[in-house]
Amino acid sequence: MKPRSRIHTIEAIVYPIVGIVAVLGLWQAYVTVFAVNPIVLPGPIAIAKASVKHFDTLLEQTWPTLAESIYGFALAVLIGVPLAVCVANSRILNLTFYPILIATQSIPKVAVAPIILVWFGVGMESKLVIAFLVAFFPIVVDTATGLRATPPGLLELARSVSASPSQTFWKVQFPAAMPFIISGAKVAVTLAVIGAVIGEFVGSNEGLGNLLLAANSQLDGPLAWAALVWLSILGIGLFFLVVVAERVLMPWGHH
Amino acid sequence: MVAAPTSSQSAGPPVGGSSRSFGRFRNVHQEFLQESGKPLVAIEDISFDLAEGTLVSLLGPSGCGKTSFLKIVAGLAEATYGIVEIRGQQVTRPQPDFGFVFQQANLMPWRNVLDNVLFPMEILRRKDAAAKRRALELLALVGLSGFENARPSQLSGGMQQRAALCRALVHEPKLLLMDEPFGALDELTRMEMHDLLLQIRKVTNATTLFVTHSISEAVYLSDVIVAFSKRPARIADYIEVDLPYPRTPALRYDAAFTGLEHRAGIALGITR
Repeated sequence: MKPRSRIHTIEAIVYPIVGIVAVLGLWQAYVTVFAVNPIVLPGPIAIAKASVKHFDTLLEQTWPTLAESIYGFALAVLIGVPLAVCVANSRILNLTFYPILIATQSIPKVAVAPIILVWFGVGMESKLVIAFLVAFFPIVVDTATGLRATPPGLLELARSVSASPSQTFWKVQFPAAMPFIISGAKVAVTLAVIGAVIGEFVGSNEGLGNLLLAANSQLDGPLAWAALVWLSILGIGLFFLVVVAERVLMPWGHH
Repeated sequence: MVAAPTSSQSAGPPVGGSSRSFGRFRNVHQEFLQESGKPLVAIEDISFDLAEGTLVSLLGPSGCGKTSFLKIVAGLAEATYGIVEIRGQQVTRPQPDFGFVFQQANLMPWRNVLDNVLFPMEILRRKDAAAKRRALELLALVGLSGFENARPSQLSGGMQQRAALCRALVHEPKLLLMDEPFGALDELTRMEMHDLLLQIRKVTNATTLFVTHSISEAVYLSDVIVAFSKRPARIADYIEVDLPYPRTPALRYDAAFTGLEHRAGIALGITR
């Protein structure tokens, strides 16, 4: 590693920390100086204290939300990618499914959530379905876009060596679409967490969203905020899982 | 231009009944229907023979149809009518014993250099130890030893095109089709590539069709130059390049060399 890039690495670590510390400092100062009621806005210290005090509860309530998000996301990938393959390779399927896809996407998921709850109950299934519904769209659209954006030169190369359609797909089209699929997955995984929380808000008896609502109704500001912080950590964690998957699946993307 | 010209006039290629020739092109014609409904003639009437083991350049101005002609020979495009025969077989689609070098290297970023070179062998289901050995030999020949595991993005443009050349040769094609392969490279790299190609030809013996718009490139590399006119493409001149081998850079300043350049320039209508 050249000295210059080492400086860049240090900068890449130091500056974000400076930014976060500054925001937290200002926040704490504001809350302390103006003696803000913790029900309205607790300071970072109070939130941290609540996090420690309710650590077991928070951890316990993280698992259901995590599971709902991951299952919903996984389902979105499992159904979304093959559907995108069909849509990208067939004009007829594209014409048939694309309007439906757009229509389902334009329905506000928060509005459908109560209906989903009626269908699937207050258990994990309904949250999983809502998480799936919000994560599905970016996966399909980005994958289909990626499959259509194969560099023409590579397609012509495949043709010049008489590659079969399936060889062309697996050896050229699909790997070429990988960056698009990954970027769709990055959006989808954070949306999946939102979907799970929407489900928990509408009706549930566990999960961080449920805990947040409960803490709010008990006017326990610090706990509600702690649940919020844990939710965002959950989202960031899942996002980084996709980043790890990206490094494994497309090692050529990083130089 | 169906009949062989009886005189030794320069403008006509010798199209005899040489059925033994490696490639035979007769009255190749290609036209498209434009949006206005009028046909656009891209290739008017191309006839010439391709002798085995030779390098024939298709020289012409940009957009004249020489690349279209090459793609017809490659089986990547279709002629409206005309005969395109390679070793006695009408070409209707790409053949496994053809190798194609594109203007862009077209390397896959997700494969390392060696796996890019082995791509045709993978498609032909012949990726074995011998194929790998040959790929490594070719990489050594073009000076890319030690870069087998490099990613294409780590290579310069010239190095990428060398790797692309290895990929076109890895399955030992009988016909090598090159579409302005050095057009995207800078002048000095291009001259290096010329000498490399001459060297490769000694080793591989593949009959080669080479599309270019560079007169000096055509003269330096070819046994025969087929000069194309502006669209619609017709043969403006058929120039036999009788320069001796081995060809070295000093040849570029030889009177015979510049004489041939002059003749090609006249054919393209850029000088008198």
